[in-house]
Amino acid sequence: MPIYSLDHLDQIEAEAIFILRETAAQFQNPALLFSGGKDSIVMAHLAAKAFWPAKIPFPLLHVDTGHNFSETLDYRDAFVAKLGARLVVGSVQASIDTGRVKEEKGPFASRNSLQTVTLLDTIEEQKFDACLGGGRRDEEKARAKERFFSHRDEFGQWNPKNQRPELWNLFNGKYHPGEHFRVFPLSNFTEMDVWMYIQREDIELPSLYFAHEREVFFRGGSYLAVSACVPMLETEKAEKKVVRFRTIGDITCTGAIESTASNLDEVIAEVAAARQTERGTRADDKRSETAMEDRKREGYF
Amino acid sequence: MDLLRFATAGSVDDGKSTLIGRLLYDSKSIFEDQLLAMEESSRRRGDAVVNLALLTDGLRAEREQGITIDVAYRYFATPRRKFIIADTPGHIQYTRNMVTGASTADLAIILIDARKGVIEQTKRHAFVSNLLRIRHLVLAVNKMDLVDYSEQVFQDIVGSFYEFASRLDNVADITPIPVSALNGDNIVEKSDKMPWFKGASLLYHLETVYTGGTANHVDARFPVQWIIRPLSQEHHDFRGYAGRVAGGVFKPGDAVTVMPSGFSTRIKKIHLPGGKELDEAFPPQSVVMTLEDEIDISRGDMLVKANNPPEASQDVEAMVCWFSQKPMQIRGKYIVRHTTKETKAIVQELRYQVDIETLHKKENCAALEMNDIGRISLRTASPLFYDSYRRNRLTGSFILVDPGTHETVAAGMIV
Ligand SMILES: Nc1nc2c(ncn2[C@@H]2O[C@H](COP(=O)(O)OP(=O)(O)OP(=O)(O)O)[C@@H](O)[C@H]2O)c(=O)[nH]1
Ligand SMILES: [Mg+2]
Repeated sequence: MPIYSLDHLDQIEAEAIFILRETAAQFQNPALLFSGGKDSIVMAHLAAKAFWPAKIPFPLLHVDTGHNFSETLDYRDAFVAKLGARLVVGSVQASIDTGRVKEEKGPFASRNSLQTVTLLDTIEEQKFDACLGGGRRDEEKARAKERFFSHRDEFGQWNPKNQRPELWNLFNGKYHPGEHFRVFPLSNFTEMDVWMYIQREDIELPSLYFAHEREVFFRGGSYLAVSACVPMLETEKAEKKVVRFRTIGDITCTGAIESTASNLDEVIAEVAAARQTERGTRADDKRSETAMEDRKREGYF
Repeated sequence: MDLLRFATAGSVDDGKSTLIGRLLYDSKSIFEDQLLAMEESSRRRGDAVVNLALLTDGLRAEREQGITIDVAYRYFATPRRKFIIADTPGHIQYTRNMVTGASTADLAIILIDARKGVIEQTKRHAFVSNLLRIRHLVLAVNKMDLVDYSEQVFQDIVGSFYEFASRLDNVADITPIPVSALNGDNIVEKSDKMPWFKGASLLYHLETVYTGGTANHVDARFPVQWIIRPLSQEHHDFRGYAGRVAGGVFKPGDAVTVMPSGFSTRIKKIHLPGGKELDEAFPPQSVVMTLEDEIDISRGDMLVKANNPPEASQDVEAMVCWFSQKPMQIRGKYIVRHTTKETKAIVQELRYQVDIETLHKKENCAALEMNDIGRISLRTASPLFYDSYRRNRLTGSFILVDPGTHETVAAGMIV
């Protein structure tokens, strides 16, 4: 290898850091969308590095569906405290209580799509002009199309048919009043890259990502956690299984997989051998062929 | 591991997305649920075979129309290399999205439909790739299954492409490969249908081609992106300059000059993000530098070595690709973004427009329309610190932004 070459993890790290700094420089009031999932944890870790030795110059924003794994909230609060960051919480429950959104009914109800309204309301309230998201292009076919700097109109909508050209490392974050941007520093990370980066940086993760025993029931090809927020059908039965989660979102739509991987090495080996994408366990993506694009158009993460 | 970024190029329907689908499929880089989803949508659409283009054509409008509209990024790895693929659209209307995908590529796969041969859009994309200084081209003559895997057809197309490409000054190598993206011939495995072809399969070539990257390691350039001032007890006097090295190599102790102020000082320390100290920094590293002296430095300024400064001027000559439906106006005013700097600019002159078919220069043109390429002279409100694009992609490129609509209307390469 020539001397002046960088390993691929160093290359995508340098790129993500550049995007984070560019976001701080080009926008008046950015926020980092923090869900407590591994991608947003990695993104926040990168943000802490990008502005070292200063603190992250923008707040973390959690859109709380009220249907969380308790582990996620515990982790969130400890993590935010450790970074010395400011946390803003947008509450879906509050959006429901004030009548901004209507709760879905029935056993397949999910607050996933309601999050969009809470997110857009919070952006407007707090006057955020850029929201950093942990989305990766390898996650989903609509995300594969998205720019690093992704423009949103005054209704928070994405127009995938007319995205701004984005060349070299020149990013155009100009907007009109009421519009905003979504920025994706991890665009070029793959799921495997994220895990390898977590290992290299020794980043602590919520325990949900590692094998543990849990009461679950089988639905739609994966195991859902038994919880008060997810009514079970008569035909479904609860059982104890050793599982872990590949992605973490709302408890109602994040499925677990059977796994005994209890540390990072084992998780990485499992990811390398996986024959299903990580979003294969996400009920929110399975609602239609273009479910992700449709939600993103509306203003979803 | 080593990383190769490549883009597809070529006319609409030549099979770019199918080729990428085939590459991912045959190299076992597709997950079972993706495959199932693809098979199911193919069936629903009534396609005769599994439509591999559906792997990258992810937008609703693309799937409805069976064409690519915007660039899709895909990732895969073999034991030899990691790859970032940009699958770009062939339709002329979406040239700007092709340019977006190609701007960060080290290699371009130019596809040609074996039945159609070299057509205008092939030339346009080859020309754009050359303009962007993508030095390594693969000429994938596709749909060989529709021309009886004929060696003659292949040779004729390769011949006419070479004739055109002899006028492309930046191309280092062209590797022609006859393929059928649909059937997988010569994509991952060598095909037994074309024994006359002695070269390697596409994947083998991608795994082994040496590109050497595009970075300039000679001329030290550090555009300042963000100033880090913790103002905390612990780091009370810390004042760090954050940015990404755009050229050359910087070391602690190096004498540097700040542009535009001209002040000189020395580098005290260089830190990686998170604080680790470095002995040297080079592209594309993102770092923080501290300096021996306190000088006034802001975003958009550039740290360079005194004996090797970039050009500094308010007048630049550049090739531009025009992206907007609103034609480029001579005397028109735009915002220019160059490295981390932003300033106003006015188009002084349109020197010529390039005729894509012949590569001739058309002079005395009144405007550049959408998808046109031409050479302009630009006058900026404050000086740019630049190198020619040929010397350095990062300090030689800029975009123009319409001050009214905020759209990115052009990509520029400084000559
Ligand atoms: N017979 C045959 N058909 C092919 C081959 N490769 C692609 N096709 C067909 O050509 C059509 C266009 O393929 P795409 O992959 O969508 O073409 P594209 O170059 O990506 O088109 P744009 O992205 O819209 O510019 C589809 O119907 C493919 O099935 C091939 O090797 N042989
Ligand atoms: Mg295509």
